[in-house]
Amino acid sequence: MLKRLLGTIPVIFGVLLLTFVLVHSIPGDPVEVMLGESATSADREVLRQNLGLDEPLPIQFFQYVAKVAQGDLGVSIHSKKPIVDLLAERLPATMKLAALALMIAISIGVPLGIVAALKVDRWADNLATVLSLTVSAMPHFWLGPLLMMVFALWLGFLPVSGMDANTSIILPALTLGFGLAAILTRMTRASMLEVLHEDFIRTARAKGLPEKIVILKHALRAALLPIVTVLGLQLGSLLAGTVITETVFAWDGIGRLLVESIEKRDYPVTQACVLVIALTYVFVNLLTDIIYTRIDPRVRFSS
Amino acid sequence: MKRWSIVVLFLWIFAAALAALIDLKPNQINLDLILAMPQNHHWLGCDDLGREILPRLLSGVQVSLWVVLVVTLVTATVGISLGLISGYYGGMVDRTLMQITDVFLAFPGILLAIAFAAVLGAGLNNLILALCLTSWVGYARLTRAQALSMRQRQHVMAAESLGASVPRIMFKHMLPLLAAPLLVEATYSMAGLVIAEASLSFLGLGIQAPNASWGAMLRDGVRYMLVAPHYVLAVGLSLMSLVLAVNVLGDQLRDRLDVRN
Repeated sequence: MLKRLLGTIPVIFGVLLLTFVLVHSIPGDPVEVMLGESATSADREVLRQNLGLDEPLPIQFFQYVAKVAQGDLGVSIHSKKPIVDLLAERLPATMKLAALALMIAISIGVPLGIVAALKVDRWADNLATVLSLTVSAMPHFWLGPLLMMVFALWLGFLPVSGMDANTSIILPALTLGFGLAAILTRMTRASMLEVLHEDFIRTARAKGLPEKIVILKHALRAALLPIVTVLGLQLGSLLAGTVITETVFAWDGIGRLLVESIEKRDYPVTQACVLVIALTYVFVNLLTDIIYTRIDPRVRFSS
Repeated sequence: MKRWSIVVLFLWIFAAALAALIDLKPNQINLDLILAMPQNHHWLGCDDLGREILPRLLSGVQVSLWVVLVVTLVTATVGISLGLISGYYGGMVDRTLMQITDVFLAFPGILLAIAFAAVLGAGLNNLILALCLTSWVGYARLTRAQALSMRQRQHVMAAESLGASVPRIMFKHMLPLLAAPLLVEATYSMAGLVIAEASLSFLGLGIQAPNASWGAMLRDGVRYMLVAPHYVLAVGLSLMSLVLAVNVLGDQLRDRLDVRN
């Protein structure tokens, strides 16, 4: 466990280095690019100093790391506000969206995967496979508009976009959730199929346990392990997916902040968004590993 | 029926070749055909500037497949070479390279590609560069894992004791045996690249107007979804058919070549 925790330190360091390199890979003079040609030379000098661009690169990097460690992510060029405040404003919306999407994905993906595994090669299984393959081939910027078209424009019972109504969250959450549900369905099916051949399932059945208990208590619990791992890894693509989905549905979260900052060339904000999303992902993966050891006694005792 | 994935893929490649050979005038503006529905001489209708959607779709798939081809060639070469070096030498080299891939994998999905494309500036070359910078990791990890066990095989040791050079061992004795899993990985990666290219152009980071790309067309299509649903549907279904075909081809290759994940 300690080893796992220590293992994330170089990764976090590397993430910081890469986000640092990011802003320094702007072709030409970053100040020029960010402020545009109309800026006064005084403005430029202020930004140059704010970004610490006068120092040698290694020193700039250590200043960057020190600032991030203190929770200082710099100042937005566009709104002049501290970036930490901007992120704090947007973070709850993204978290709400991601949480609902996750719930949707689990409540569709796991049952569908179980049914597919129980009815292997029958029509229910084939339908689940075709559905999950099709949805996997639909990126968020296509699935989102499609759902928007059907539910908001044609049927008209959900808002098209924005965050004004309580029901505004449903379409973006479905967009994010369906993609994850497709992966989860395939994973649950494969995992259940493997478990259903095990001896302890035959024993449970031989004992005369009701099939419901055999499936839901004995088989699902064992099949859950690889599913948790995949879920942890896929949460990353969920986070990345918020960038596009929030843009499609005008949902004011971190993802949209990132896209807006790119459009305004507000690169310190871009850098901070990328950093925060990556660090969240690292943290989620760490958490997944910890949960994994909690639910699998074999892992806990062997280490 | 089983071969439909190859048929669909072949049709798109043919379409891209057609768009490359014949000038289909994808950028020609007809002001009296703005957002026209599909009709006789305009099979898929027209977009918001009265440009025909079908030639623009073909021009878009050409861009998409070109990006996929270039990025795959570059990242597979780099990734496989790094993976072979890492798996063959082990030790410090391996630890360092794996540490670097860990950092790249800490950025979920196409986040890093979006970030790089953003700071490099819009345009096709920068889009390709951004995707190259971030897509080599999968090849490196897979090759390294396979090479690590391959290293202990008898035929590799035999070649070593006969004095074969390291590059010869890597590329003649190890690489051919890795071909099957790498081919499957490459197929899935290509489907991902089609989506990645479209995602970046959807965000305005890819090829610039007036040239067509599927992502930018989808963005415009969404804008006019209410009055001209045929626009977004045509592009969306095209993208889906290509990605689905490549993914299914990947599944079929995996089963045929008996590759386990």
